[in-house]
Amino acid sequence: MGGGAWLLRRVLASIAIVVAVVTFIFILIHVAPGRPCTENLDPRVCEQLTRQFGLDKPIVVQYWRYLVQVVHGNLGVSYSLHRPVADALLETIPFTLQLAGAALMLDFLLGLALGIYQAGRVNRIPDVVLSNSTLFVYSLPTFWLALILLLVFGEKLRWFPVGGASDPIFCPVIDSFFCVVDRVWHLVLPSATLGLVGAAGTARFQRAAMLDVATQDYVRTARAKGVPERQIVMRHQLHNALLSFITRFGLAFPFLLTGAVLIETIFAWPGMGRLAFEAILTRDYPLVTATALIASTVVVAGNLLADILIGLADPRLRVHATTDADIVTA
Amino acid sequence: MTLGNWLALVVALILAAEAVRALRHRALRRERWRRFFRHRTASWGLGILTFLVIVALAAPLVAPFDPNRQLDIVHLTNQPPSWTFLLGTDLLSRDVWSRAVYGGRISLGIGALGALVAVSLGTLVGALAGYYRRWIDAVLMRGVDVGLALPRIFILLMAVALWDGLPFTALVLAIGLTSWFGTSRLVRAEVLALRQRDFVVAARALGVGTSRVIFRHVLPNAAAPIIVSAALGVGNVLLLEASLSFLGIGIAPPEASWGNMIADGAPSIYTAPWSTLFPGLAIALVVMSLNAVADGVRDALDPREDGGVE
Repeated sequence: MGGGAWLLRRVLASIAIVVAVVTFIFILIHVAPGRPCTENLDPRVCEQLTRQFGLDKPIVVQYWRYLVQVVHGNLGVSYSLHRPVADALLETIPFTLQLAGAALMLDFLLGLALGIYQAGRVNRIPDVVLSNSTLFVYSLPTFWLALILLLVFGEKLRWFPVGGASDPIFCPVIDSFFCVVDRVWHLVLPSATLGLVGAAGTARFQRAAMLDVATQDYVRTARAKGVPERQIVMRHQLHNALLSFITRFGLAFPFLLTGAVLIETIFAWPGMGRLAFEAILTRDYPLVTATALIASTVVVAGNLLADILIGLADPRLRVHATTDADIVTA
Repeated sequence: MTLGNWLALVVALILAAEAVRALRHRALRRERWRRFFRHRTASWGLGILTFLVIVALAAPLVAPFDPNRQLDIVHLTNQPPSWTFLLGTDLLSRDVWSRAVYGGRISLGIGALGALVAVSLGTLVGALAGYYRRWIDAVLMRGVDVGLALPRIFILLMAVALWDGLPFTALVLAIGLTSWFGTSRLVRAEVLALRQRDFVVAARALGVGTSRVIFRHVLPNAAAPIIVSAALGVGNVLLLEASLSFLGIGIAPPEASWGNMIADGAPSIYTAPWSTLFPGLAIALVVMSLNAVADGVRDALDPREDGGVE
């Protein structure tokens, strides 16, 4: 099977998965008791709204309507925000991307550096200290770490703002260099929370992957030939350990999404996670389904991207990459 | 804290240390488990877990106060840690130490039960898919693909929020039913490899029934990944429950869980950090110990290490 056919099949499978996820969410929403009307709403108004949004129709009809709508690029109108879902998403997604991007950068840069540093001095004091520290940080609940960072750096030391994405008085819109700095300044605590926990996981993972490779014959051969230790670590071990690193990259997305819901809520970061959480609480069906659609697309796309990257990095795995390469640690 | 509480705590500590020592003593006869105890962090993890489980079980002996009682809402709110209130009191003048001890029952219970549901289901599905292959495998594994792509936190938030607070068992089931996908993939891969092995083929040739082959011959040999994912699973479920409770939709107050204790403490974190700090540390301690134990088990049961010289 050629690379093109493989890619096509994977893309189609990914789309099928996303459709299945949307279907599942749709069913879950509609079997759940309760309607999107609040208690103090006049029952007659509620009745009228229910009819207006087509919620009185059989679920199959509603489902079909929704699918047709989505295929046409229309995600519907949010009940609680009284505006198109797409608008609300377009407004919040950049914030989540900034948060996730910054967290991912910290996660991988710090995690890789620590992992490589440790692999070079296994079981010596720096390695043992770092191993125990990363084990601890990796085990922290992200939302708790967020609170502690807020307490220490936001309240006690007052180095960083305690919430929001920008200063509401000076920077309601980002229109100057000062405002960019302001945004970054607001970004530090939330992204550090997600990034540090992630980096601890990445460091542990990378250290194990490097050590796994360390007993391979070609590493021993290189050492026997007298290749300098630094070069063995950087060239022979790191190069081959990067494969498993790519897999981890694909798996980072679900973690970031889950984290986003909690972290955005704590730091009042106006991103998609917080939007989704509020949508669920207000039973805003179109908004819930749309955020789930986006979330699952991101997860599936992350896996696909990882598979493609692995195929590019290691020709041996090119065709069979889908079958067993993506074993999950969860 | 009364003298009796301290005494109970010391007894729990001794019991845990003795239990680990006894296990270690027995383990020395078996090469694989000796490898486990050579990990210092894994032994510590096991000890800490045993200690916390004993404390949670013996909660009435270790906790000086009723965890839900508001001791004195006028004079005793947000008291700092002291000899009377070991970890201080919270905004509603409840003893944080007592709540943490009783909350441990809920949090550890959900972690263990949720992981039990998840790992049993994952193992079953993985074993069926790997053993029968063909269309059963195809159907089950496509289902797992979808499950892994589900935004799990959304599903749980929805389940809990839409049904207006789930009872304990439903919460356990909801978490367990959304957490088995990873395990099933691992088990399937293991079973696929094992079913070709001579002893499995021989068992089948002898006419041993399918379920017996799977449960007596195949699965025991796939124990390593199952145990590891169970240990990691307990930690994940515990974190998940804590997240849900923190968002205010997990374990309903006044019942204490470590997650909702953090939520309760968060509003007064600047004036009384202890009521947030300690439950979080408890979660971290448990999850860390579980991760360490999982590492140890992975090394101990790694077939590549068997008979190897170190």
